[in-house]
Amino acid sequence: MNIQLESWEHMALEQIPQFLAGSGVPWVSQARQSAFERYKAHGLPTRREEEWKYTDVTQIGKRASLAPDSIPPDPPSEAALFSWALAQEHPHLMVFVNGYYSDGLSAIGEMPDGARLESLAELLDGTAELSSESLDASHEHTIFGALNTALATDGAVLHLAAGTVLQDPVYLLFIASGHGTAIYPRNLIVVGEGARATVIEHYFGMIDAHHFTDTLTQIKLAAGAELQHCKLLQEGNASFHVAGIHAEQAAHSRFGSQSFALGSRLARNDITSRLNGPECQCEFDGLYLLDGKQHVDHHTRIDHLAPSCTSREYYRGILDGESHGVFNGKVIVHPHAIKTDAHQSNRNLLLSREAEVDTKPQLEIFADDVRCTHGATVGQLDDDSLFYLRSRGIDADSAHSLLLYGFANDIIARVADPGMRTRIEHLVLDRLPQGEQIKELL
Amino acid sequence: MLSIMNLHAGINGKDILRGIDLEVRAGEVHAIMGPNGSGKSTLAQLLAGRDGYQVTAGSVRYLEQDLLTMPAEERARAGIFLAFQYPVEIPGVSNALFLKTALNSIRKQQGLSELDAMDFLQLLRDKMKLLRMDELLLPRAVNEGFSGGEKKRNEVLQMAVLEPKLAILDETDSGLDIDALKIVADGVNGMRDPQRAIVLVTHYQRLLEFIVPDVVHVLSQGRIVRSGKADLARELEQRGYGWVEEQHPARKAA
Ligand SMILES: Nc1ncnc2c1ncn2[C@@H]1O[C@H](COP(=O)(O)OP(=O)(O)O)[C@@H](O)[C@H]1O
Ligand SMILES: [Mg+2]
Repeated sequence: MNIQLESWEHMALEQIPQFLAGSGVPWVSQARQSAFERYKAHGLPTRREEEWKYTDVTQIGKRASLAPDSIPPDPPSEAALFSWALAQEHPHLMVFVNGYYSDGLSAIGEMPDGARLESLAELLDGTAELSSESLDASHEHTIFGALNTALATDGAVLHLAAGTVLQDPVYLLFIASGHGTAIYPRNLIVVGEGARATVIEHYFGMIDAHHFTDTLTQIKLAAGAELQHCKLLQEGNASFHVAGIHAEQAAHSRFGSQSFALGSRLARNDITSRLNGPECQCEFDGLYLLDGKQHVDHHTRIDHLAPSCTSREYYRGILDGESHGVFNGKVIVHPHAIKTDAHQSNRNLLLSREAEVDTKPQLEIFADDVRCTHGATVGQLDDDSLFYLRSRGIDADSAHSLLLYGFANDIIARVADPGMRTRIEHLVLDRLPQGEQIKELL
Repeated sequence: MLSIMNLHAGINGKDILRGIDLEVRAGEVHAIMGPNGSGKSTLAQLLAGRDGYQVTAGSVRYLEQDLLTMPAEERARAGIFLAFQYPVEIPGVSNALFLKTALNSIRKQQGLSELDAMDFLQLLRDKMKLLRMDELLLPRAVNEGFSGGEKKRNEVLQMAVLEPKLAILDETDSGLDIDALKIVADGVNGMRDPQRAIVLVTHYQRLLEFIVPDVVHVLSQGRIVRSGKADLARELEQRGYGWVEEQHPARKAA
């Protein structure tokens, strides 16, 4: 961590860099400029703001530059290997290095009729029609959202026409490379009426690289559409990561969001959905596995704006060392959203005395005839379960790991894509004592 | 095989076992009966190595070893198995993974190689068939959402797979209907072996109609107040536990 204090102030942004995509397109420049004004007026949030009470992001500004790279860096050789391996398994792979699309590493493959998967930068610069929705301020749930609008370098744009079904997931790999860089991916997913897709966002960084990622994904689901979105955060243990995943759902649509936070120094995920039409289904799942001085904050928000929608949230954390987990689950049942069925649960296991969790359900109900439940627990592994396993000849370490694996697996099992499920399962086991043994037996 | 001498033990400052003497030899089936709260589960769990009990006097020897100094997993690897009165649910861990992990731990201790996946599956299938268990219980999380009867059968399945030398079954009969009871009894009888000892802990005599024990002990207020042959169980059933308790046993039973 030897980036000096003044480095960020030196690089403090006075204006939006000219090299960003779409700088010649008036509406893009305008959108960026007004977002930038919002950011400048506000600055980075402080802990005095209710939404940032438990997460101190001022250190981001002290340790990392906020200016994005002007040119895409050469991908590190590990990234090339990793991308190649992923491409063998996933036919629609887009790779971004420090927020820039890498044509060489990507393998988009053949998309079915009605499906388009493209680079945002190309669309912004090109002649193709891209609606101003793609840099829409309504998706700026935090000031980091505004910063992202102002500085987004590139990202994936997935467009599915009505009725299009994507069998294989779209795999978006975001590689962070080098020290002290700021990375601004911006993704746009539009799922047409009755269309279906799975999108994976995998953030991968070198083990001790410190960089700052501010990413934003906006999602639009038309009537009856379905999207399964799985995010895996596996950046290095010195990185800062801030993400927004924001969905809008029309009637009868289904949205599943999974957030796996396994690596980073400090991470904040804001995950939201607005249920605009009746009978939507929305499920948010999350798992954070923290150690050392890691800090991971999930702020979720589900707005029930129409009748008869269902929302489910299952978040779990395993915390060791001096790590800190934050879960804030806001569910707002607006007037008219009668027959809302909302359930939320957040369960945490603390493996050390120094680990800490702040968990807060926030249910605001303005409609009658609704069913809203929530539960939060913070505890240790159960002695009865440990004894049961040991009484079968399983040593104490393995018994611990097996119980932790089971606790995590209830969330991992919700991942729809089998390849991704196995990848996450293995990453979790890699972190557990004797995990290798369990892996062999699976 | 198992030799308990003058065992006194308690938990949280409460005396529960107050001078247990018990001798179990290979090949024997013992039944320990007694009213609720007499200390049956405490004895069973203590033998299996549960932490938290204070042993204030006495000793337990198992196959020439001082059992009380061994951690639970070592006892299991040395051949002790407890079928729990209340089997524990392990969310997120499949029954198959659990059994495989357990069997491999025990085989490793015995210097045997790990079973490969196919052999293991075949072994499980065979044992499950005998216990008339649905194979769909294998991918499901251990005991989670299992019916009372399925949980008990799952305990017997584990016993059948792990092939212990000393099996202690704590009220494996309770909550079973008569058909399930017969299936479980067949499973247990199938494991009777000159090299193996079985201790059946039960509240009712019903189980002993199907698994006829060599010796029956009556536990009352932390002591074995009476021991006898299989017909002692029938006598108890007729006269009730009040009968032995009234008899004020002077000291240890034979
Ligand atoms: N953890 C404990 N703390 C305090 N008392 C206990 C504990 N476990 C068991 N006991 C008490 O010990 C006695 C014997 O219990 P138990 O061995 O479960 O009896 P049984 O299995 O014969 O019904 C009961 O009075 C019970 O309440
Ligand atoms: Mg009992």
